[in-house]
Amino acid sequence: MRIVAKGLTYTYNPRSPFAVQALKGVDITIEEGEFFGIIGHTGSGKSTFLQHLNALVRLTGGYLKVGEYDLSSKKCDVLGLRAKVGMVFQYPEYQLFAETVEKDVMFGLKNFCRDMGEEEMRSAVREALETVGLDYEEVRDRSPFELSGGQKRRAAIAGVIVTKPEVLILDEPAAGLDPLGKKEIMQLLHGIHGGWCKTVVIVSHDMDEIAENCTRAAVFSEGKVVMEDTPAAIFARSDELLLLGLDIPVTAKCARILKERGIALDTDFTSDDLIRKVLAAYAARKEGRGC
Amino acid sequence: MLNDVIFGQYYPVRSFVHNMDPRAKILFVIAYIVAIFLADNFYALAAVTLFLIVAVLASRVPFGRVLRSVKMILFLIIFTAILNLFFYAGNELHVIWQWKFITLSWEAVINTVFLAFRLFLLVMGTSVLTLTTAPVPLTDGIESLLTPLKWIKFPVHELALIMSIALRFIPTLMDETNRIVAAQKARGANFETGGLIKRAKAVVPVLIPLLVSAFRRAEDLGDAMDARCYSGAKGRTKYKKLVFTWRDLVGALLLAALIAGVVLLNVYLGGKFAILDAFL
Repeated sequence: MRIVAKGLTYTYNPRSPFAVQALKGVDITIEEGEFFGIIGHTGSGKSTFLQHLNALVRLTGGYLKVGEYDLSSKKCDVLGLRAKVGMVFQYPEYQLFAETVEKDVMFGLKNFCRDMGEEEMRSAVREALETVGLDYEEVRDRSPFELSGGQKRRAAIAGVIVTKPEVLILDEPAAGLDPLGKKEIMQLLHGIHGGWCKTVVIVSHDMDEIAENCTRAAVFSEGKVVMEDTPAAIFARSDELLLLGLDIPVTAKCARILKERGIALDTDFTSDDLIRKVLAAYAARKEGRGC
Repeated sequence: MLNDVIFGQYYPVRSFVHNMDPRAKILFVIAYIVAIFLADNFYALAAVTLFLIVAVLASRVPFGRVLRSVKMILFLIIFTAILNLFFYAGNELHVIWQWKFITLSWEAVINTVFLAFRLFLLVMGTSVLTLTTAPVPLTDGIESLLTPLKWIKFPVHELALIMSIALRFIPTLMDETNRIVAAQKARGANFETGGLIKRAKAVVPVLIPLLVSAFRRAEDLGDAMDARCYSGAKGRTKYKKLVFTWRDLVGALLLAALIAGVVLLNVYLGGKFAILDAFL
C-alpha cells in the first residue's frame, strides 16, 4: 500500500484561544515495501500525521490516500482501512485491558474478522505471540497486568499484528526499553517486514535507530516535512539537523570529528559501514606514509 | 470537547475581571445571586442584567462563549418553565385557558418568564466566574474563604487539596482517555454504533486501562508528595498569595450599588404582577 499525502493541514481546537495548527501542509510519499523513519521534535506534527493514516483524526485539509483508501472522501471504509494499517501507539502496554493475554490479543481479531472461527483465532493469537517472542502456552491464561514491562509491550504489539496488517505504524516502539530490548524490538520488526507486513513506518527520537534500520526517512519540523530522503542523505546534512535542534547519530558525530581533522568519509552512517570506512582510511593513510 | 463540559471552561485572556482576587469574585457571585433573588419586578431584573452585561464586557470573554454555558442547562430551564406555566395557581379573574386541573393564567405566564429569566441570569453570572478564574486560584479562593471552618475542626486544607488534585487531573485523564480510545479504535473497536448494551460493553476496553493508569498516577503522586515531605497544612506557605486590589473595591462598590438599586426598585415600582393591574 502506497501512502501519499499532499498539503495536509490540521488544527486542534479551531476557532478558540486554544487553537494550535499541528500540520501546516505536509507532503510525503511512502512507497510500499519501505522501512520508513519519521524524525521530529515533540509538537512537530508527527503524531498528528500518524493518526491521520488510520483515520483516527478526521481529515480537514489536504489530500491523503493510503493504498486504495481515499481519506479525503467521506465514504472511506474506515474499518477496512484500520484492518490493513496497524498502529502501535507510544507505550502500547497502557492499552491492555482483558483478563488474559489471549483475550487481549484476540480483541483486534474479533473486531476485524468477525466470521473467523474460534480455533482459527487461537492459532492466529499463538502465531502473533510467538512472533513477538512470547511463549503462547505460558502467557495465554495469565493476566496482562502480571507480565513484566518488556513482556507487556510485546503482548500489546502482538495485539496489533495479530490481524497481519499490510502497513505497520509504530510510534516510538523502543522508548523506555534497555539497549537489548530495543535491539530485540527492531529485530522483530525486520522479521515481519517483507512478509505479510509490506511497509513499516516508525517514529523515533533515537537517530541511531533511524540510521541503522530505515530505508528512507522524513524530518518533521513545525508541522511541515523539511527533509525526505535516505538516512545517509539526511544525516549528511547534519548541520541543518543540529540547527533544527535535533540530535544526530553517533556515527554522524564521529564523521564530523574526523572531517574536522581532515578525513572526509563517504559513509551511509550505519555503524558497520562507518567502521569499515574508518579502517580503510586508516589503512590508506598508513600506506601513504609508507610504514 | 469533553473538556469543555467539565471544568476546562477557563477562558485565557487578560482582563479587569480576570485580575480580580478569586475570593472577591466568589463573594461577588454570592452577592449577585442574592440580588437575583431579591429582585421582585422586571425593572430590578433589568438592573441585574445590566450589571451582568457590564461584567461580561469587563471580562473580555465573548458573549457567545458565556451563552454556551446556558445551552447545557437549557433543558432544565424549559422543563421548569413548562411545569410552572401550567401548575401555578393565579388569580381566577386572569385565567386565559383551562382544561381539567390544568390552568393557564396571566400570573403563571409572568411568573414563568420571571423564573426562566432568573435561572438564565444565575447560570450566566456563575459562568463568568469559572470563565475568568483558573481552577487552581478558584480552589485557593474557596480554601481561604472556608478558613473559619477550621475552628470546628473541619479539614479545609485537605478538602481544597483534594479539589485541586481532582481538577488538575481532569485534563490529564482526558488526554489519557483520548489516547486509549484512539489505540482501541486502531484495533477495530467501535464506539459509535450498536445498542445500549453493546455500547456499554465497548467502553470496557477504555475504562480498565484508564482505571489502571489513574491508580498508577495516584501512587506516583503520593510518592512524589512524600519525597518532598508533604505533611498537610501545618506551616505551609503559598507560592501565589491572594491580595485584594482596587479592582475588588470597584467590584464591591458596584455590587453594593446593584443590591441597593434592586431594593429601591422593588420598593418603588411594586411586585412583578403590578403590570397586570395596569393592563387588565
